[in-house]
Amino acid sequence: MMGANNILPLFVIISLAGAFLTSIIGKRLKWFSDIMGSLTTLILFVLSLLAVRIVNTQGVVVYSVGAWKPPFGIAMVLDGFAAFMLVTVNLVAFSIAVYSINYMEKFTSKWKFYTLFLLMVGGMNGVVITGDMFNLFVFLEIASVASYALVAFGTERHELEAAFKYAVMSTLGSLFILLSIALLYSYTSTLNMADMATVLAEKGPKNITLMVSVLFIMGFGLKAALVPFHAWLPDAHPSAPAPISAMLSGVLIKSLGVYTLCRIFYNVIGMSPTISSILMFLGALSMVIGGLLAIGQWDFKRLLAYSSISQIGYIVLGIGLGTPLGILGGLFHLFNHSVFKSLLFLNSGAVEYSTGTRDLQQMGGLSKKMPVTSATNIIASMSITGIPPFSGFWSKLLIIIAAVQAGRYGYAFLAVLVSVLTLAMYMKVLKYAFFGSLREKWSQIKEVPFFMKLSMGTLAFICLVGGVLFLRSVSGVFLRPASEALLEGIKYAAIVLKGGQ
Amino acid sequence: MTIYLLCLVLFSLGVYCMLRKRNIIKIIVGVIIAEYAVNLFFILVAYRMEGRAPIFSPEAEIVNMVDPLPQALVLTSIVIGLATTAVLVAIAMRIYEKYGTFDITKIRELRG
Repeated sequence: MMGANNILPLFVIISLAGAFLTSIIGKRLKWFSDIMGSLTTLILFVLSLLAVRIVNTQGVVVYSVGAWKPPFGIAMVLDGFAAFMLVTVNLVAFSIAVYSINYMEKFTSKWKFYTLFLLMVGGMNGVVITGDMFNLFVFLEIASVASYALVAFGTERHELEAAFKYAVMSTLGSLFILLSIALLYSYTSTLNMADMATVLAEKGPKNITLMVSVLFIMGFGLKAALVPFHAWLPDAHPSAPAPISAMLSGVLIKSLGVYTLCRIFYNVIGMSPTISSILMFLGALSMVIGGLLAIGQWDFKRLLAYSSISQIGYIVLGIGLGTPLGILGGLFHLFNHSVFKSLLFLNSGAVEYSTGTRDLQQMGGLSKKMPVTSATNIIASMSITGIPPFSGFWSKLLIIIAAVQAGRYGYAFLAVLVSVLTLAMYMKVLKYAFFGSLREKWSQIKEVPFFMKLSMGTLAFICLVGGVLFLRSVSGVFLRPASEALLEGIKYAAIVLKGGQ
Repeated sequence: MTIYLLCLVLFSLGVYCMLRKRNIIKIIVGVIIAEYAVNLFFILVAYRMEGRAPIFSPEAEIVNMVDPLPQALVLTSIVIGLATTAVLVAIAMRIYEKYGTFDITKIRELRG
C-alpha cells in the first residue's frame, strides 16, 4: 500500500539512521558528521513541510506500525497539531545543525555531538508523531537521555553539576508519567490514545481521571519547566553548549512538555474547567516568576533561560484558556518563541565564541565588532518583547485579547505587565552587551564564521516575517489546522480510528 | 490491596532517597528504587493471582489469564531505566573526578 501515510515513520527512521551512520562513520571521516547533521535535518525539514501539505489536502493520516490496525498496534498519527510541531522542531534543528558546523569546532569529538543531537531530534519527532501512550513514553525518554548527555557535553564542573540535577529531576518526571500511563492502562485496557479517549468518554469522569491528570501535570510540568517544577532549567540550559541550549529552550521543553500536555488534556482525557484553570494558574505563575528572576541575572545565558520559563508561561496560559483564539495565540507564540529564543541562545553562543565570556558586565560595545550578531540580537529582542512589526507582537496580542474575551482580566493584565518586564530585561542585554563603548580588551575580537552568521540570519529573517503567519490565507494552512486539532477535543478519537481502517 | 500499598511504600522510599540524601550515589540508588517500584506497579495492575500464561491451545480453557502486554512494556521500561542509570553513573564518576567528593552540599556552584 503506497500512500501519504508512509511518510510518517520516516521522521523517526531518518533521524535515527542519521545518528547511527554518524556514530560509525563520523569517527573516521571528520567532514562526514557535519554533512550528515545538516543533511538529515534538512531532509526532515522538507518532509515536515510536505506533512503540512498532506494535512491540508488529505486531513488526518494514520500509519499502523507493522500493519497492526489500531487500536491493537502502535499507531502514528499526523494531524494539524503534529504537522505544526514537526515544522517547528525540524526548522530549529536544521538551523542549529548548520550553526554547529563552526561552533562545535572547539570541542573535541564532534561526531558524538551530532550523534546525540540527531538522537534527540528523533526522540522529539517520535513524541510528536506517535498516537500510542507507551510509545510516547519511550520517545520521551530517548530525547531526555540524549539531552542529559548533551548538557554534560563540556564535562566541566558546572556542566556536570547541572546535568546531574537535570537528569534526576527529569527522571522523576518520567516516573510520574509512567505511573499515570500504568493507571490509565489499568482503567481503560488500551494504550492507543484514540481508543483510550473513547473508553474514557464512555466511562465518564471518575476520581482516577483526576488522579491521572494530576500526575500528568506533575510529570509534563517537570519536562516543560512550569514554575513549581522549574528549578533544573536555569542550571541545565546555560550549561549546555550554545546550540544545545537553543535546542533545549527552543523546542525540547515544548515538544516534551507543552505538546504532550495539550495532546493528552485536549485529545485524550478531555479538557475540564478545573484542568483549564490549573493550567492558566501555572502559566501565569511561570510568566511572572520567570520574568522577575530573569531581570536580576548577569549571566547572558542564565537570563535567557529564566526568560524561557516566562515565555512558556505565556504559551500555557494561552492554551489553558481553551478558547479558539487563546489556543491559536498560544500555538503561534510557541512557534515564535522557538524561533527567537533559539536565535537569542545562538547569539549568546556567538558572543561566547568570540569573547569567551557570558558575563554581561564584562561585555560592552560589541555591536562595532560583531555587526551580524548584534543586528540579529536586536531583531530577536524586539520580537520577544513584542514590538509591533515583529512576530512576537502578534502572538502576545492574540493571547491578551483572548484572555480579555474570556473575561480573565487579571491574567490579561499580568500578561501585559510581564511584557514590560521582558522589555526591561532585553534592554539590559542590549545595553550591556552590544551598545556603549567598546572595552580595550575586546579590540581584537572578530565576527563569527560564515555558517554561524548564516543560521542566525535565517532565524532573524523568520522573526521579521513571522507576522505573516497571522494573515488569513497563511494561518489557514499552518496555524489553524493545529488549533482545530486541539479544539475538536475527544472527537480526535473517532477521526483517528476511522483513518486507521 | 496490601501489595499495592507495599508498592507505594517502595516508591515513596525511592523518592525520599532522591530528595533527602546528600550522597550522589545514594540519590542514584533512590532513582533506581523508584523506577523499580513503578515497573512493579505496572506488572501488578495486570497480574492475576493464580493466573496462567496467555497461550491459546485447543484443550486449555480460557480463564484467569495474565495480561502479557504490561510485561512486554515493562521490559522496555527496564531497558530505558538502564540507559538512564548508565548516564547518571557516568556523570557521577566525572563529578567525582572534578570535585573529589560525592557530597551534594559541597557541589553547589550553581544556584537554581
